[in-house]
Amino acid sequence: MSRAHAHRGGSPYGPNAPDGRPASAKRYASSPVPEPPNATAPTGSSAPTAADRGHDADGLSGLSARTGAPVRTGAPVRTGAWRARLRAPVADRANALHAGAWWLWAVGLAVGASRTTNPLLLALIVAVAGYVVAARRTDAPWARSYGAFVKLGLVVIAVRVLFSAVLGSPIPGTHVLLTLPEAPLPDWAKGIRIGGRITGEQLLFALYDGVKIATLLICVGAANALANPARLLKSLPGALYEAGVAVVVAMTFAPNLVADVVRLRTARRLRGRPAGGVRAIGQIGLPVLEGALERSVALAASMDARGYGRTAEVPPAVRRATHALTLGGLLGVCAGSYGLLAATGASYGLPLMAAGLLAALAGLRLGGLRSPRTRYRPDRFGLRSWLVAASGAAVAAALVWARAVDPVALHPGVVPPVAPALPLWPAAAVLIGLLPAFIAPAPMPAAGPAPVSSVKEPNQ
Amino acid sequence: MIRFENVSVVYGDSDGEARTPVLDGIDLTVPEGELVLLVGPSGVGKSTLLGAVSGLVPHFTGGTLRGRVTVDGRDTRTHRPRELADVVGTVGQDPIAHFVTDTVEDELAYGMESLGLAPEVMRRRVEETLDLLGLAELRDRPIATLSGGQRQRVAIGSVLTPHPRVLVLDEPTSALDPAAAEEVLAVLQRLVHDLGTTVLMAEHRLERVVQYADQVVLLPAPGEAPVTGAPAEVMALSPVHPPVVALGRLAGWSPLPLSVRDARRRAAELRDRLSGAAPFPPSGAPSPAVRPPAPTRTPAPAPDVPEARPRPSGVLGRLLRRRGGAAVAPHGPASPGAAVAQAVGLGVRRGRIEALRGVDLAVAPGETVALMGRNGAGKSTLLATLVGMIEPTSGSVAVGGRIPHRTGPRELIRQVGLVPQEPRDLLYADTVAAECAAADADAGVAPGACRALVGALLPGVPDDAHPRDLSEGQRLALALAVVLTAGPPLLLLDEPTRGLDYAAKARLVGVLKGLAAEGHAIVLATHDVELAAELAHRVVILADGEVVADGPTPEVVVSSPAFAPQTAKILAPQPWLTVAQVREAL
Repeated sequence: MSRAHAHRGGSPYGPNAPDGRPASAKRYASSPVPEPPNATAPTGSSAPTAADRGHDADGLSGLSARTGAPVRTGAPVRTGAWRARLRAPVADRANALHAGAWWLWAVGLAVGASRTTNPLLLALIVAVAGYVVAARRTDAPWARSYGAFVKLGLVVIAVRVLFSAVLGSPIPGTHVLLTLPEAPLPDWAKGIRIGGRITGEQLLFALYDGVKIATLLICVGAANALANPARLLKSLPGALYEAGVAVVVAMTFAPNLVADVVRLRTARRLRGRPAGGVRAIGQIGLPVLEGALERSVALAASMDARGYGRTAEVPPAVRRATHALTLGGLLGVCAGSYGLLAATGASYGLPLMAAGLLAALAGLRLGGLRSPRTRYRPDRFGLRSWLVAASGAAVAAALVWARAVDPVALHPGVVPPVAPALPLWPAAAVLIGLLPAFIAPAPMPAAGPAPVSSVKEPNQ
Repeated sequence: MIRFENVSVVYGDSDGEARTPVLDGIDLTVPEGELVLLVGPSGVGKSTLLGAVSGLVPHFTGGTLRGRVTVDGRDTRTHRPRELADVVGTVGQDPIAHFVTDTVEDELAYGMESLGLAPEVMRRRVEETLDLLGLAELRDRPIATLSGGQRQRVAIGSVLTPHPRVLVLDEPTSALDPAAAEEVLAVLQRLVHDLGTTVLMAEHRLERVVQYADQVVLLPAPGEAPVTGAPAEVMALSPVHPPVVALGRLAGWSPLPLSVRDARRRAAELRDRLSGAAPFPPSGAPSPAVRPPAPTRTPAPAPDVPEARPRPSGVLGRLLRRRGGAAVAPHGPASPGAAVAQAVGLGVRRGRIEALRGVDLAVAPGETVALMGRNGAGKSTLLATLVGMIEPTSGSVAVGGRIPHRTGPRELIRQVGLVPQEPRDLLYADTVAAECAAADADAGVAPGACRALVGALLPGVPDDAHPRDLSEGQRLALALAVVLTAGPPLLLLDEPTRGLDYAAKARLVGVLKGLAAEGHAIVLATHDVELAAELAHRVVILADGEVVADGPTPEVVVSSPAFAPQTAKILAPQPWLTVAQVREAL
């Protein structure tokens, strides 16, 4: 018998193994050293295993070893081969996960996080999101946003706690930690307090609240890091395409602006001026803006010359219908939401809003006729995408349900303070959110060489 | 395919004062399936003419266009650029400004998406174009990570996918290393020969492109009528011409050879005449490279000892004169041969990329060193390390006895000056006079020093001109003057000839030779083999961050197929590098 050595792309057939052969034929890898012949397995087929690069984008689901880690050599044949087959494929254009799936997953985690203030559960959610990001993010610039959002979350916690300490809070408490001098305020500002007692309960409540907001932010950061914003905008309806392009251009603009600032700051050094300081910003500002303006004009010219904004001939009747539907639909949505929110009128609010939405969607659809654009290889919402989205939804559903069943566990007491405990089942449910780290296609291990020089980069 | 009928273009208000037209009375016909090269000194309206083909002039740039431009029967007056997008593909000077999306594959598809082609057609054409341009391995790469040559190919590919019948290119090879330029030109030739695409391109580096052209259109001066004809005929009277043509004119060959191959066939007799003579060295003063015998680590001198140096007066000669050897490396007794700059075992890492690996380099006073190598080989990184913009991860670097990245900028500019690839980055003020005043203040020299330098390098530039309005060559000269104000003994130039025409280049060569003769050490990173042949005493070739060749220019350059100048290729076994050398010897 030959034990499965499923190293990544190690066998000469490795990554390019012809796919679509029966599973039994793919199960065994030829081992360099044949094992003693106590095999039960069919020996005739020492065919390549690792179908790393997948045509099986939608073909399989299931947990597997993290990509990159060679499967243990001592593993029994069956498990090893299965692991190799079940391993997530290397990401490429064809099997890329739909950007919307990542957002659905992250929104699911965020909804889950919004249902609890238990810091242990929230920390678990952050850890789950962080693990998935670490396992599946690319080298793209937006992939760094997770760290930025974590920092933003910490700032939010600090601000929340600070405000609670300074401005007081309605939470009653007995554990007075500190008494600040209270600023006298006039009568009309009765509800507001500045300074005064700071209780432990109050700070604890603020901390829990801050952690919850921070977790929501971090979930957004995870989606940001994992989903390619340009691909997401590709999924917009045709009528909104041009607005989408404006957003994409704006998004690529910011990094360019930062690069310009860096380049001009280093150039200041060449003039013998210190690169930092307020004066530097002032002197760099104008050239940076000039450069940005020039670049946007050049980009606009290039886009125009490549056919951006071509319109198709549309009969006047269709054009008028588009306007009427869109405008009427939006009015309907406005009136409907007013009806829903106002004290009376909930009866007509819902149908009006639904009708308005439908009309607006129809308007968008008709408006799309004016644009002759087609789409090149849009991302498909395949099985893996569904699973990723579903894992997020499962976390959300589980926590919503857990809150209904056992609110105490999800909201540890503040008055009086109680040490939070980790509720077992909700915690297990949160772990479902880890699924994408195993089933989403894995990014390429190493991209090509990075830009070589900041000095010459923008001109090349 | 393209017709210009009595076309003139005027920028600015048509009703205001009478401005001189950029183009005047242009009549031009480009037949289908030809590669037409547009030549002329800078500022004659080449880019305007190219823009008029795609309709960007005047729809996008403003200005007034009189006459008629038709492309494939479509009049650009009535068709906006987007309506010409299926007929004309345009690639501007800077491919970065051209890209709309962020990955190679999306970029190739963008134009087709705009035109509304069917998804299957788009997929097929993207695959074909990836193969045609050799971009298949790069298909998923973010565009920001590509090298210059790759970007240029992606830019060309992105306008090829909609199958335009006309391709308009503005300086497609100027920013590329010789090998990448060959690659791009090979693709263009293939398009013309196999697909019958009409190509109209402007290019300053004629030595690279002129042999591929079917027709040359010469714009001799602003507002003058174009001269159109076969390449050899036009080159015979063109003020801008490549070295092969200069050599042909010198030797009196007729018809003029345009390629090295043609010239070599005729050159036997010339080689015989030259066999007795020996070429004089590139720039008068033979200054053999002083290289350290062994990479011994010199102890880091205290960077906080400022030099007491004579302040220059307004006299130009004294301005340009280097401040004596004693001031250059007073602290480095161990540095051999009093090198102005020395790098030993230099390594630079950027993230996980090793941009430089174990680079040893010493530059002696009065020596000119050309750094060559493909795009991304680490040339700019090495220059940036020498001016302290990048801290080396291993090894040591010393400039004028100081460690650049630990020296304050004020002190450093008296040791080393860098003219970056985009000279505009150095210029902040809105007039030349203000720029000069600021440079004097930065360098701590007497007011007027910089202005005197500008006057010498760039005669006739008014004080109130805006640096942005200057031509590429003038801007380079201004940046050079600003850098020279502090009188650094070491001068670094990054890709100085990009966008310069032959006249501006000749002026630059004159200035740099003068500086070298006065004892400045000069290091230039360049793709321009002709420039290196004319200026450099020594050539250092970098590849993947390592020095792969380092020696006197004739030795390194003559044997290399990529880095040899045309004259060297034509007269191959003999070590002639420039036409000037040959002229002198005859």
